[in-house]
This record gives sequence, structure tokens and C-alpha cells, in this order.
Amino acid sequence: MTTKLTIMAEMQKIAGEQAKTLAALSDDLVLLDSGLDSLCFAVLVARLEDKLGLDPFTASEDVAFPVTLRDFVQVYDHAAR
Amino acid sequence: MRRGDHASPDSLSLRDWAAKTNGATGFFHDVESSVALHDLAHGTSLGGRLPELAGRSVLIATGDQLTAALALIELDGVARRLILCPPDLAAEHLRSVIADAEVDAVVTSGQTDACGELGVRLHVVCHPAIAPMAGRPDAHRQTEWVMFTSGTTGAPKMVQHSVAGLTAAIKRNAVHDEPVVWGTFYDIRRYGGLQIFFRALIDGGSFVLSNAKEAPRDYLVRLGRHGATHVSGTPSHWRRALMCPSARAMAPRYVRLSGEIADQAVLDALRAAYPQARVGHAYASTEAGVGFEVNDGLAGFPASMLGGLPSGVDMKVVDGSLRIRSLRTAERYVGGAAAALADEDGFVDTGDVVELRDGRYFFVGRTNGVINVGGLKVHPEEVEAVINRHPGVRMSLVHSRRNPITGALVVADVVLHDERTPGKSLEQEIIALCREDLSRHKVPAAIRFVPALAVAATGKLARRHA
Repeated sequence: MTTKLTIMAEMQKIAGEQAKTLAALSDDLVLLDSGLDSLCFAVLVARLEDKLGLDPFTASEDVAFPVTLRDFVQVYDHAAR
Repeated sequence: MRRGDHASPDSLSLRDWAAKTNGATGFFHDVESSVALHDLAHGTSLGGRLPELAGRSVLIATGDQLTAALALIELDGVARRLILCPPDLAAEHLRSVIADAEVDAVVTSGQTDACGELGVRLHVVCHPAIAPMAGRPDAHRQTEWVMFTSGTTGAPKMVQHSVAGLTAAIKRNAVHDEPVVWGTFYDIRRYGGLQIFFRALIDGGSFVLSNAKEAPRDYLVRLGRHGATHVSGTPSHWRRALMCPSARAMAPRYVRLSGEIADQAVLDALRAAYPQARVGHAYASTEAGVGFEVNDGLAGFPASMLGGLPSGVDMKVVDGSLRIRSLRTAERYVGGAAAALADEDGFVDTGDVVELRDGRYFFVGRTNGVINVGGLKVHPEEVEAVINRHPGVRMSLVHSRRNPITGALVVADVVLHDERTPGKSLEQEIIALCREDLSRHKVPAAIRFVPALAVAATGKLARRHA
């Protein structure tokens, strides 16, 4: 599975667990409008660390805070390289 | 404050209590040796060197518990101060302990030691073999008993007790239908274990001491062989015992829990395992002493216990944490930079956070063990209590995992009853249970199934921030 698909699958799973209505996932989706709150994103980052073996937000201090889903996926793609 | 039948201070020294046993009961059993306390009436375990220890500040640093017990019995009333060195005291702290407690003699069980190097010249060896002795020094002193607190971080703190305070919660002349045989998973050099030492001595019964070199399952077998009737330990001790096939090797009449939060799951499991036993939990700490006992089989304690008990123990809740004032509390911290132990009204802040629900107070955690999830507080123990309610779970440890978004998240390590492979569904059941009862930020973000959890030498779950 690509990083993007992994991230999207986890977002859907967490939305289900946390009883949140997830917006339709597109590259331009603004994360703050996704329906997930900060606790959901905290869980997402932790799960992705377990799945992908990296936490780009902790690993580096100069990660630009992602605004859209595309930005978010890029942070992981960059960190994986 | 009067304590009714808890008359104190006793004019009897501990050796007087030991001498009162009749030789038919009153045995202290270790793995390899047993001692009849009655023999101490005319004998000694200190090789005739007791007079040299009179008036001194004596560090009890034996390898095993039996010789420590004998030395304590002989030295109460004789030594000026007794410092009960727990088996896990790190060597790096010895120098400051010796300085702060003005140690000028050491009792060991013969192991080589660095006491000479540390400037203590008087070294006496204690043996489980009792030798005859004449010309014993008077046991007239109010010996100071110094114990270590059970905190696991930083330099250990020493607190000073008196025998009167340490034994104030113990009924004198209690009538027992059958001889009482005590056992405890605690080490007697810890507050919880020392309480059992005193109970055994004052009851005139026997005492099966645990031994660090013995596996828990073997200790359970030994408890059964000696017919243990009263057995105590922390909830972690008990959960571990219940995992041993030999848990059924004993059939106690009284099962006692203390030192950690006794949740409903462990109380129910013990009731099922020992249907003939009264299962009770006690609240006690090294600083606050024995607070109270709860014998209704339920977790927590009735709110009516606040504001003064017939036992003379006065409790209140301030800023969520339990405060206790009684004659059983320690007298002071020992050491140069030591803070005051009690507030100006004599209340000791236990640091244990309680929550009132339906007329009952429940322990939810420690003031210093809080996990901060995005500014919201989580006590690991309150999450553990919910996880432990799942029928497949034996015990759990909730801890913090750092997180770039919320600072921390709650995660759990879980030990199951049996070794079946934990599946996704079990994890989901546990999470579902947590979601039912806990706020979102308290629900573990991840569950890891582990074969065992580390239990510290104190008998409590090893917590990183305990």
C-alpha cells in the first residue's frame, strides 16, 4: 500500500472509532475541515509511526505544519526518503 | 485521641512479645530455617554482641528477612535507632543514609559489606541459630524506627516511626479460634510487610516469611504447607499469585491487599479463588501509616469514613487528594534537607487522588503520576481499573507515549489470564469497554499484549513516574 493509501485508511478507521464524520478525502481537503480533531490526529500520527516506522513531526523540527491532506502525505513521503 | 483497645505505648518490648509465645506457636519460617520466637527469651541471634549495640543507631542490612526480623526483635528498646534497609537500596545511597541517620553500627547476615569503607566500624552478624545468652541489656528505650518510602525515583526518603505508632492499628489480645499463621508477599523491611511482622508477633502466631531467592509459586506452596491463615500483599502480588497454578496450594481465612489500588476485578478474583476467606483491603503508606481497612468486598471506601473514625484516624480530601491525621503517621522525615511530613494541623498529604461516586470514594491515581493529553489529565490507574474489568485480563499498565500533536497519548500494556493468542477482537473489546466508561482522551490509543509486567521490589507495578 502506498503511504497515501495507508494514511487514508487509518483516517477512516480512526473516524469510525472516534464517532467522527469524515469528509470526502481528496488531495485538497483542508485537514481542519476533515472532521477529525486534534486527538484524532494525535492517534493517527501514533498509528502511522507503528505502521511506517517514522514520526516526521518528532523526527525533525522544521516540518512545515501541513494544511491539506496532500501536505500531510508529503511530510511522510519526504521523511521516508 | 484515644484508641480504645489499641492501648499504647506498650510497656512491652518486642522481645517481651516474642517471649510470651509458648513454643507450640510463634514460629518464623524461612525457606531453610525456622525459629521458635520463644527461644529469644533466653537466647540471642546476635552472637552475644547485643550489649555493644545498646544506644546505637543501627542499620539493619541483612540479606534475608528472617535475620532482619530477629535483629529487630532483639534490638527494639535496646538500640537508639533502627534503620530498616530494604533489599533493593542502591549502594550509591548508602553513604548519605549512614550520614543522615547517624548510623554507628551495622547488622548483616554475614555477607561481605563495605561498611568499614563507609566509616561504620561496628559490624555485628545476625544468625538464625539462637544461642543461649545471659546478661541482656535493659530494653527500656523508645527506639526510633526508620523506614524508607516506597517511591522509586530519586534518592530514597527516610521516615521515622515509633513502635507505638507502627502497631496502633493492631488489636491486642484478639481471640482467634485457631492459631494464626501469617504470610506476606511483602518484604518486612517495607511498611506493608512490617505491619504483618508486628501482627504475627502480637498475635503470638507464626509467620511464613517470603524470600527473594524463592519463586512466587514455591512461596505459595510453602504458605500452604505451613497452613497460612492470613496472607497479605499488593494487588500486583496477588494478580501474580493468581497466575500461579500453586495459588490453590493454600487456603487462607483472610486475604489482605494494600499498597496499591485494589480494584473490583482483583477483589472479585480473590473471592472466587479463596471462597472461604474474608477479602479485605487496607489503606496504608509509609508516611501516613495505616489509615483504614475496608471489608465489605467493594473497591474504594464509604464517604462516611471521612471526618473522624473511632480508631482515631481523621481523614479529609483537599484538592482531590486524601489527607490523613492519626497517631499512626510517621513522626518526621530523617535527613538534612527533609521537608515537613505533615501540615500545621498534623495532616499528611498522601498524594493519592480520590473521586466521590455514589457515596463512596474511589482511588484514581497519584498526584504526581498524571498523563497530560493535550492539557487534559489522565490518571493511569483509572484506565487500568476499566481494562482490568475485562474477563480476559489479569493486569495492565497504562503509561504515556509522547506525541507531537497532544504532547502525550495514553497507551496500555496488558497481561491476559491465559496464554491464548490475543486477537484483534480482544483488543477491540477492551477498547470498547474503555470507551463506555472513559472520556475520549483517556481511552488507550494502542494496546500491547505482554507476557508479564515488571513488579518493583516494593510489590507495586513498576511505573516510570511512580
